[in-house]
Amino acid sequence: MSSGEKVAGSVANYVDERTGAAKWLKKNLTKVFPDHWSFMLGEIALYSFIILLLTGTFLTFWFDPSQREVIYHGSYLPLNGIHMSAAYDSTLHISFDVRGGLLMRQIHHWAALLFMSSIVAHMLRVFFTGAFRKPREFNWIIGIGLLTLGIVEGFLGYSLPDDLLSGTGIRIAEAIIQAIPIVGSYLSFFAFGGPFPGTSFIPRIFTVHVLLLPGIFLALITVHLMLVWYQKHTQYPGPGRTEKNVIGYPLMPVYMAKAGGFFFVVFGITAFLGAVASINPIWLYGPYTPGQISAGSQPDWYMGWLDGLVRMAPPIETHAFHHTISWNILIPGVIVPGIFFTFLALYPFIESWMSNDKREHHLLDRPRNAPNRTALGAFGITFMLVTLANGGNDLIATHFSLSINQITWMSRIGILVLPPLAFFVTKRLCLSLQRADRELVLHGKETGRLVLLPHGEFVEVHEPLTDAEAWTLTQHEQLPALELPEVDAHGVRRPGGLRNRFRTKVSRSNAEAIAKPKPDDLKEIEHH
Amino acid sequence: MSDKAPRLSDPGLPEHVHRKADSDPAAAKKAERQVAILFTLSALGTILFIYSYIWVHTDRFIFIPIMGDQNASQLGMGIGLTFSLLFIGMGAIHWAKTLMPDNEVVAERHEFRSEEADRQDFVATVKEQGAASGLGRRSLIKRSLGLSLGLIGLSPLLLLRDLGPLPKKSLEQTSWKTGTRLVIDPSGRPIKPSDLEVGAVAQVLPELAPGQERTLENVGKDAVLLIRLRPEEFELSPERLSWTYQGIIAFSKICTHMGCAVALYEQQTKHLLCPCHQSTFDVPRAAKVIFGPAARPLPQLAITVDSEGYLVAQKPFTEAVGPSFWERSS
Repeated sequence: MSSGEKVAGSVANYVDERTGAAKWLKKNLTKVFPDHWSFMLGEIALYSFIILLLTGTFLTFWFDPSQREVIYHGSYLPLNGIHMSAAYDSTLHISFDVRGGLLMRQIHHWAALLFMSSIVAHMLRVFFTGAFRKPREFNWIIGIGLLTLGIVEGFLGYSLPDDLLSGTGIRIAEAIIQAIPIVGSYLSFFAFGGPFPGTSFIPRIFTVHVLLLPGIFLALITVHLMLVWYQKHTQYPGPGRTEKNVIGYPLMPVYMAKAGGFFFVVFGITAFLGAVASINPIWLYGPYTPGQISAGSQPDWYMGWLDGLVRMAPPIETHAFHHTISWNILIPGVIVPGIFFTFLALYPFIESWMSNDKREHHLLDRPRNAPNRTALGAFGITFMLVTLANGGNDLIATHFSLSINQITWMSRIGILVLPPLAFFVTKRLCLSLQRADRELVLHGKETGRLVLLPHGEFVEVHEPLTDAEAWTLTQHEQLPALELPEVDAHGVRRPGGLRNRFRTKVSRSNAEAIAKPKPDDLKEIEHH
Repeated sequence: MSDKAPRLSDPGLPEHVHRKADSDPAAAKKAERQVAILFTLSALGTILFIYSYIWVHTDRFIFIPIMGDQNASQLGMGIGLTFSLLFIGMGAIHWAKTLMPDNEVVAERHEFRSEEADRQDFVATVKEQGAASGLGRRSLIKRSLGLSLGLIGLSPLLLLRDLGPLPKKSLEQTSWKTGTRLVIDPSGRPIKPSDLEVGAVAQVLPELAPGQERTLENVGKDAVLLIRLRPEEFELSPERLSWTYQGIIAFSKICTHMGCAVALYEQQTKHLLCPCHQSTFDVPRAAKVIFGPAARPLPQLAITVDSEGYLVAQKPFTEAVGPSFWERSS
């Protein structure tokens, strides 16, 4: 026995004698996790969160979350003698006078972008593979909660330095609050401690940014991971993989080394970005004042879609009975995002209701085998991309010498036309891919080898798939459409006729598929 | 509900393929060396980090091709940290992939639904224990508890009331009064019509009374943009024309959409553009909205000159400036 093993043994013994956890730990330390690159996306989000906690804590040691007015006398000379808030002053101090301060600020910001990107990528993976289905609906909802809070947390974070760009973002947020009917002005005055901008907002959002939201994140992430642990990870279909098992590597030592190592890789990549790629150079923007603005104002990317929606909104306000309703703010700023996120959160229940599928699912779908869901995802992505592009309409206009009015009009039309188009195209693509799978299983792979037959005909040799490959392409279910007759067995009209007709229609559309090869089909081919 | 159609047969988990390092001690030794090299590179990265922190001054710049002049301290620390982190990670992953066991393990999964007997037992227990509390029978307790639980949420909400004052009329008021002088922002100098050539723009604020301090809240409502056109270029109603002075027209600089500063003036087209959401206002037509999400023109400030020839406000703004709010009456 090596000395390392001896130490490990006595540690295990020490822990067990005090907790009695030997059995539980043994079972869980060798817990099996399936391996796939797409399962790393959520891991990246977790690691960026840890990086955010570490770098963020460092930043709080110098950051002064106050809107008290000070005069700058630091080492960045262009701003010498300028009046500014203590928040902006201390951010300049971190950037120029604290060794490694700029590096930490940049790593923090890059990690925030990575956090949001990996959450979105992880969510898309879960969506397109159907991993949100029973029994994982709760975890999907927690995930949507994390995504939503992440957007808020990111916005608050980049608002803290109180520079001209972020102050403009706060002004816009204030206008959205103020636009809420009936209570808007009150909510705004409560949030800002009086008229905009006041001196209370930065200290308040600081507490929310560093205490309240990270605490909620920590709690939600813990539950999220515990559920993954308890419910066991989903796996992609393949030979030997069923709904009843999970195949992969044990946590100890393989995943501990791999996942632990991957944390350092993610940290290393954000450190590299922080070292070489300048992000949010607040010293170029100057301190915030409501009377000034920098051209080409852009939020971070995860807010860009919201800004894009606001930019394309029609100029509609209702003035009646001495009151005003700003539809040009409420529709893009509150109503559309509200519908989008509610639908997203409820999607597992909507899908289960429409397909009447109440079974557990642990094997993932290949996206092509769920054409309607995949097409719906493409609908959502296209919608977001149009809004995101319109969020940068001014930059597109200046970089490509285009008319900003035309770009905005293209987006206004595009937001209505392109998502349904994407739905249609994606659905057809999925069915085509199913057809290609069928071909592949029945006729094998093209080898590129041509053979001259005795009678002069050329044929290409096809190589049959291995059993494992054929199984992977055909293991999925092809469910028949729901039958919901309008009358029950006694000839009485069932209640909810309209609802049932809708469900039947959707379920018929869901059942649309290219029939996968059956064993008989393969046998028939072999005869030829 | 499930797919009953016959399927191909599942060939089962493919046979394990051994890695070179599993059987060949030389390959294993090589992999071990590779891992050790990666960890050593990480250590070197940390040394670079420490060196840059202690010995490289924060005001030293070095030229890097493509990237241009870079702060040496920031770059040295950043690259050092990158190496120290990245190579630890790569070493650990390489170790796991080449030398740790790579046998796939099969674990069983069980349906989460409990056995039927357990479920019924559970439901019965819940019912029984619930009945024991008597909540169903004692409706007085039930109702009063409902009332107290329903009201308890009010206390934390009430405590938030003192976060800020009530808006009252403050969203509708600015510092502009009849006769307030227009002063250039930021110099604070009063302005005469002759200071502004045709086509020129100036940002102005109301003159402060002696001893008065200007707050950002004031700027957020008082900021005004002066633009000088040729008087014949205006397409204004007689009333609005009387609010201009020798071709000088004054608008609130705060966008009627979301409150950004409407700062981009295009001299050729005489359009004012808000950089936030591209609302475009046509200056000769009293800042009428000609594009973008803003629904109202920028409020116009009536101006004239005082006895000393300085530009002053004829009267306060006749409507609220800035973005809309529920209580706004027009």
